Amino acid sequence: MTDPGVAESVIHETPLASRHEALGARMIEFAGWRMPVQYTSILDEHRAVRERAGLFDLTHMGEMLVEGPTAGEALSNAVVSNPLALEPGRAQYSMICAPDGGVLDDLIIYRLGQDRFMVVANAANAQVVSDALAERLARTRAVLDDHSLATGLVAIQGPRSVDVLSPLTDVDLAGLRYYAIAEGRVAGIPASVARTGYTGEDGFEVFVEIERTGEIWDALLDGVQGAGGLPVGLGARDTLRLEAGMPLYGNELDRTTNPFEAGLGRVVKLGKRGDFVGRAALERVAAEGPKRQLVGMIVEGRGIARHGYPVAVGERRTGVVTSGTQSPTLGVPIAMAYVATTDAEPGTMVDVEIRDGRVPARVVPLPFYRRSK
Amino acid sequence: MSAPSDLRYTRDHEWIKVDGDEATVGITQYAAEQLGDIVFVELPDSGRDLEVAKPFGVVESVKAVSDLYAPISGAVTSTNDALAKEPELVNSDPYGAGWMIKLTIADPTQIDDLLDGSAYDDLVAAG
Repeated sequence: MTDPGVAESVIHETPLASRHEALGARMIEFAGWRMPVQYTSILDEHRAVRERAGLFDLTHMGEMLVEGPTAGEALSNAVVSNPLALEPGRAQYSMICAPDGGVLDDLIIYRLGQDRFMVVANAANAQVVSDALAERLARTRAVLDDHSLATGLVAIQGPRSVDVLSPLTDVDLAGLRYYAIAEGRVAGIPASVARTGYTGEDGFEVFVEIERTGEIWDALLDGVQGAGGLPVGLGARDTLRLEAGMPLYGNELDRTTNPFEAGLGRVVKLGKRGDFVGRAALERVAAEGPKRQLVGMIVEGRGIARHGYPVAVGERRTGVVTSGTQSPTLGVPIAMAYVATTDAEPGTMVDVEIRDGRVPARVVPLPFYRRSK
Repeated sequence: MSAPSDLRYTRDHEWIKVDGDEATVGITQYAAEQLGDIVFVELPDSGRDLEVAKPFGVVESVKAVSDLYAPISGAVTSTNDALAKEPELVNSDPYGAGWMIKLTIADPTQIDDLLDGSAYDDLVAAG
């Protein structure tokens, strides 16, 4: 299974590549990086995260620092959320939009200090976000520093995460709230620990200087395996986020989607001070209401709804599936889809066109899975 | 591991086992491993006529959808109903409990065109 195309384009190598290979991972090219898609079995890795703990290499994600006087105001003009509302040490889910309101990427913005922010972007969009921020911050006193290739990121996710990480860090995990970040040490190495993730479980994301990612990975992997957990690849990361009803850029979000359609209107702070890129277009959407809406569906017939499959009500085409899989936790086929707003009410019956047939599916509220506290 | 020597194979990673005037078809262990955890198998109804090298069904893993191709022409005589409830049998026992369909053999010479175990092993080794 060699890929002759690899030699011809620049593929970033995670510093953990040899470790993944030693663990038996199947590596794939993803967003310009060679990353592990699965080590043993997507289902086993998925269950490990739901029941115990999983360790993820997320070094491919983009990390950008925005610093300097008025950094918060400058960033507020570049994204749809309000970074100025963050206390230092807290984080918010955000999006960066085009002037027409289309989503360039979804982001997590961490306020590291009064005038110091970290923007975390999807790997596939890291360059787009970096370029857009550079342009939007150009006439401000804020300085953009793209640290994507200098920053390693590993995530530990699952109910045992606190037990595993606590003995390895001086960060007070009990005091670290959801969507908060603190600097400290992990396995003796300077790192930032954030209580964020993309799985629907409790867990942490650990940012570290890229050269030292391996040491932190080794220490966390020992702990995770000791707790009955596993290293987890991108395959299970996708099924975990889908059960948790979290959007994936390229599936639920892209330049032709706006945040309101995606059910993320709450992220857009139309009440914040000042203009921001996309404001006029998003105010229009907010006033008129979105014409289509992202919904959850459970397939009730036989078959799995996949990305791109048409969705119909009777003879009328109402939308398209954005993501779908067999839910490892629920044991039924789940999917997210855009449908006409009039068909988005939970309980609505629709048909998914799967190959030559039509398979009934029920619109359900998102998320599909919510952890018990 | 090597492919069982009493079966014949397609280049699309199906196996076929001849038993008198009937044949059993499934996918190889290599195919099952490449697909990963199999969560859905769609098979034709009994009685349907299959044409050699044409798709007759679908196997889906958590990540991927993959067509199944008929190793030979023939009419489906039965399908493995257990796979509806336990598609993971394809992963755990691809040459046994994970079989997919049985069919009649319309043209026995089509079997001669298929790979034997060692030729299939060579195909897999070549990537």
